[in-house]
Parts: sequence; C-alpha cells; structure tokens
Amino acid sequence: MLETIAYSIFNGVLYGTLLFMMSSGLTLIFGMMGVLNFAHASFYMLGAYFAYTLGLTTGFWLALILAPIAVGAMGALVERYGLRRVHQYGHVPELLFTFGLAYVIEELVALFWGTVPVPYKAPAVMNTTAFTMFDLDYSWFKVFILLVAVVMFVGLWLLLMKTRAGQVIQAALSRPDMVGALGHNVPLVFTLVFAFGCALAGLGGVVGGIQFVTDPGMAFMMGPIVFVVVVLGGLGSVPGALVASLIIGILQTFFLSINFSLAETIGTLNIEDSGFFGVLWHMEATRIAPVLPFLLLVLTLIFRPRGIFGKREA
Amino acid sequence: MLQNKKTGLLTGSLISLSMAVSSIAYANEDPIRISYIEPLSGPFANVGDLGLKHFRFAADKINEDGGILGRDVKIVAMDNKQSPSESVQLIQRSVDDGINFVTQGNGSNVGGAMIEAVERNNRRNKDNKVLYLNYAAVDPALTNEQCSFYHFRFDAASDIKLEALTNYMKDQEDINKIFLINMDYSHGHFISERMTELVDERLPQAEIVGDVMHPIGQVRDFSPYVSRIQQSGADTVVSGNWGNDLSLLVRAIDSAGLDIKIYTYYGGGLGTPAAVGPKGEDLLHQISEWHADVNVDEGLNDYESWFQEFKERHPETDWYYHRIYNQMYMLKAAIEEVGDAEDVDAIAGALEGMEFESPTGTITMRAKDHQTLQPMYISVMDKDAKYDADNTGVGFRTVAEIPVEQATVDTSCNMKRP
Repeated sequence: MLETIAYSIFNGVLYGTLLFMMSSGLTLIFGMMGVLNFAHASFYMLGAYFAYTLGLTTGFWLALILAPIAVGAMGALVERYGLRRVHQYGHVPELLFTFGLAYVIEELVALFWGTVPVPYKAPAVMNTTAFTMFDLDYSWFKVFILLVAVVMFVGLWLLLMKTRAGQVIQAALSRPDMVGALGHNVPLVFTLVFAFGCALAGLGGVVGGIQFVTDPGMAFMMGPIVFVVVVLGGLGSVPGALVASLIIGILQTFFLSINFSLAETIGTLNIEDSGFFGVLWHMEATRIAPVLPFLLLVLTLIFRPRGIFGKREA
Repeated sequence: MLQNKKTGLLTGSLISLSMAVSSIAYANEDPIRISYIEPLSGPFANVGDLGLKHFRFAADKINEDGGILGRDVKIVAMDNKQSPSESVQLIQRSVDDGINFVTQGNGSNVGGAMIEAVERNNRRNKDNKVLYLNYAAVDPALTNEQCSFYHFRFDAASDIKLEALTNYMKDQEDINKIFLINMDYSHGHFISERMTELVDERLPQAEIVGDVMHPIGQVRDFSPYVSRIQQSGADTVVSGNWGNDLSLLVRAIDSAGLDIKIYTYYGGGLGTPAAVGPKGEDLLHQISEWHADVNVDEGLNDYESWFQEFKERHPETDWYYHRIYNQMYMLKAAIEEVGDAEDVDAIAGALEGMEFESPTGTITMRAKDHQTLQPMYISVMDKDAKYDADNTGVGFRTVAEIPVEQATVDTSCNMKRP
C-alpha cells in the first residue's frame, strides 16, 4: 500500500505538472481577458508540431525555445486580426470564434502533417534512466518535465506580481480606460497576454508531444481535461491551476493504481453484479478513474463555483 | 458592406457548384460505389484515414484492370466519428444515395449497430438492399449470435486470433505470467474472458496475473497501469488495444524499463509503429493475417510490388490491411459471378463459401457464418526486417505461421437466409 501511495504521488505529480503546463495559459487568458479560449489545446498541439518540425533542422534544444515563440506569434495574429474584431460583439461570439478556430487548426494540422502520428522523440540523452523507484525506471525526460513546470510557475508568478509589465497588465484588465488615459496601449497589452498564453500552451505541447503522441487528435484528447483544471483551480488563478493539476494528477493515478472495489473490500454479500446498485458495488476503482476529473468539475460548479483560488464565479 | 456582398457571392457559387457536382453523381450511375464509414475526425482519425487510403488504392488497382463488369469502383468516404448512431445514419444516407455496399471495421460496437441497421433496411427496403463488408471489427458475436446474411467478415474474429495465439503460446516455455489489458468495450471484454478460459485449458505452465480494462480513447497517462503490470510480476502482456491506446501503452511500458513481451492484435499499423518507434524492438508482437516481410519470406513478388506502389503513393505510411485486398477482390469475383452489381442477395450468395486464392494461400469465406478462414502470422518488431513500418526503421519478422486448421473456431451462428 505504501508503495502504491508513494508511486501515485510521484507519478501523479508528473502527470499533474504536464496538465499545469497546458492549463496555465488558458487560465491566464481567461483571468486577464475574460476570453474562454476553446482553441487553447490546439495551440498546445501546434507547439508539439512546430517543435517536431523545427527540431529536424535546429535540434531539440533550440526548438524548445523557438516553437513556443512561433506559437505565441500565431496567437498574436489570431488575437489581432480575429478575436479583437469579434470582441466588440461580446463573449458568446468570442466563444464561438475560438470553437471554430479549434477545428480549423485541427484540419490544417492534418493537411500539413498528415493524420499519422509524427515520430517526435526526445533527444537520446534524455531517454536514459535517471533513477529507479520500485523497479520502475524514470528517464531524464521526466525530470526535465518537472523542471520545466517549476520554471514556468515561478517565472509566471514573478512576471505578474513583481514586474512593472505585470502591474500594467493587471491594471489594464480591471481598469482599461484609466490605463489607456495614462498613455499605455491597452489593445497591445491584450494581444501580448493572448500571445503569451498561447506560447505557454505551445511550451506544454513541446513537452507533452513527446510524452504522449503527436497527432492531429491530441488537441481533442487534451481539451476537456484542461477546462476541468481551470474551473477546479478557479478561473484566472495561476496558483489555482497548479494545485488543481496536481490534485487531478494524483487522484487519477491513485485510483488507477489500486485494486479496489466495494465488493472486494467488504465482501460480495451475495450482491449480484447487475442492476444499478450491483454494478456500483462491483465497480473497480480503475473504471471510476477516468470519470473522476469530470465528477470534480460538476461538484466544483455546484458547491464552490469559483474554484479553489478563484475570485469570481465560473 | 462590400465584404458581405463578396461572401454572399462566394456562398452562392459554392452552393451551385456543389449542386452541380451532386447532380453529376446522380446522373452518372456508372461507378460501383462502396461507402467507407469510419472515424475521419477525432482521436481515431488517423486509423480511419489509413483504411481509406487502402480502399482507394485497391479500387484504383481494380479500375486500372478494367474495373468490375467494366464499371469503375468508387469509395465514398463518410465520417462516423466512431459513433454507432452516426454510422446507422450514414447507412441510411448510403441507401438514399443508391449505394449497395458499405464497409467498416473500427469498433465492434459500431459493427453491431451496423448489422442491425443493414438487416432492418434489407427487410423493409427490398429494392435497395445493402451489403456490409467488415474488414476489421473482430467481436465474435458478429458471426455468432448476431450473424447476418448481409454481413461478411474478412478479418479473423477475436476468438480465432486468440485460438491461433494460444496455439503458439502453449509451446513457449518462457510465458508463465500473463497480464491482460484491454479497452473497456465488447472487444476488450471478450479478450479478457476468452483468454482466461484458454489459459486454463491450454497453457498449464501459465497463469493470468492481472486483467484490467481502461476507457477507450481517454487515457493519456498509462504509467499507473504499467505500475500494476510491474507489481503483478507479469512476463507477458496480451492486449487488443489499437491506435493511440496501444501506442501510449507500449511507450509507457518501454519508458518504465519493463522487460516483458507484448502480444497485440494491432501493433503493426494504425500509427502504432510510428508512435512507438525502435523502442518496440523484440518487445512488440502482433498476430495478423499478413505483414510486409511475409512477401519477402515467401517470394510473393507481385504482392511486393503492390506494396511498393502503395508506398510510392503514400510515402508516409504502408500497406497494412491485407484483408482489404482480399475483400475487394472477393467482392469483385462475386459481382462478376452474378453479373449484376445491384443484386445484393445474389452477390451475398456468391460470396458465401467462396474460396479465394490470396497471395498468402487459400482463404475461405465460411458459408455458415460469413467468417473468413485464413492462415495467420505471429511476428515481432525487428530492425533487420526488409520493410520497415511507417518509416520507423523497424519492421516485423515472422516468429510463427499458424496454419488455417489451427486458426479456426466453430460458430454458433444460425443464419436466416432470404
């Protein structure tokens, strides 16, 4: 049992940090601009594909930096020439715009790179074993994921809280007129925030594309879970996104790792494996695990709509 | 304002263009059309796309040789989004368009719904019947309880694959602890139940040490499952997973450094070799009706050039579904025997019991349940194979050929014929 718990915590943290990388940009964009970006996971996918393609010529390390920048640039274009025009009509058209954009990006990726997964791999040095825990190997790449996530969180926090740029951003979001009157270019701030959020998703993709599979379905696969993280953590809260990611990662890993069902633990008590109650009684933990994040989403919305650290209601 | 006008013009011309295109399709009844009903978007889009390339290629090859009864074969792609209910609607659309053949393979849950829909249509709509050609849905129920006169399966059913696999495994002394991990739907449930029975009956040296189901297309991180495999002490994993669910599983097993053999149904294609890469060497086994190096081993030169031609057209992938070759040429033979591409009952009758000379040997469409009986191969990922899969540098090497007699399971089908 101790082994399972230790393992769940460690692996859960690993999975959680990946979730955080994908959701931090989304929560930032929402918190600052009020735009719920449905295409966020698509920028995550673009990050993986850009890193793969750039990596073929520049090598992985340079691609690690260039790919998020390229994704950020695309985000800036989307904000400047798409979202800004739609913005004046309110939030619903914005939502629909990003919703459509997600499909456009998916189809474009399939057109350019094909529907077969691309062989996007970590450099050989990171595939070597860093350490072994309970007879399972952990590669340097997993250590690298942890590192990237930590750097990302600290960097974000410093940027928003400690720099002048961060103060202007925060001010522009709550009092745009005032900041504009002081001579700052508010639309530019919005574009930068959106681009930065997309670049964060792109960075998540650079790492996530290696850990998972880089194919046009990857955005679709990650989309829902990223929203769960953001709602659970509190819309707009970066620390909330971190905590929510870790909670989801650890909980899910734990449920998948244990061999548990009410029937096995307490005894079957002659309850048959049929009917509503019977099925619940015999349900194995592993089969509950995939539902967990969405169950959390529903419960959060009912009992604490503003999430763990959120300031406003979802 | 100007902009709106432009869009209006554009939409208008698009609509008229599409109307023109569809009216051409209606007016020209020449091609023999086959609806290809598979996921062309979403997490399994790559799988659907690969099959489509196969069918289009085979159709083009048939058309180059004069088509069927002098008519071209045309594949009509339809996106079912991996959903049974969408598929049923697409069958209806095919019927409305006057298409007599539908083909599908991904997901036996979809296959089951399609059999019902085809049966229902053919009962009510006697002038416009459809034939369901199944190239990959392997749930045995489709040729047992649910068997239908209008359904033909060209892949080996799951029970046949397990029969062949355990016939091979019983002679392998290093297989002692088997872990089953499968997708949580009829396909996975069947493997879990049947494999447990077969291990009891046939493999006295082995036991099942774990049996896990996971949701289909939802799991991103397989490492918790890998930790359970490791804790169980398994030396062998058997999985019916496909697409990304298999790729992620194999990668997680490799990355955790477990030294175990993985026996799969679909390790040789559907994006898995590309996603797994050289990491699967000597680890990833597949049981299939064919793989690229069979051509080399058995000197099948014609089929080798077929394989190479497909590669030239689609450099990013490989010819993988040998059964699509069988399916298309068996359909061609049946239609030519009947002499009428619209007489679905007669074509089904001609397919029934047909013996076909495939490159790999004689294969039979068993009349009793419309299940193809064919030799099977067990192969393992190997970088010395002549043909690599999906440009990964690793291909497959045959470890065992299972003759037809050892790849046959009886059926309980009690078919109603028209």
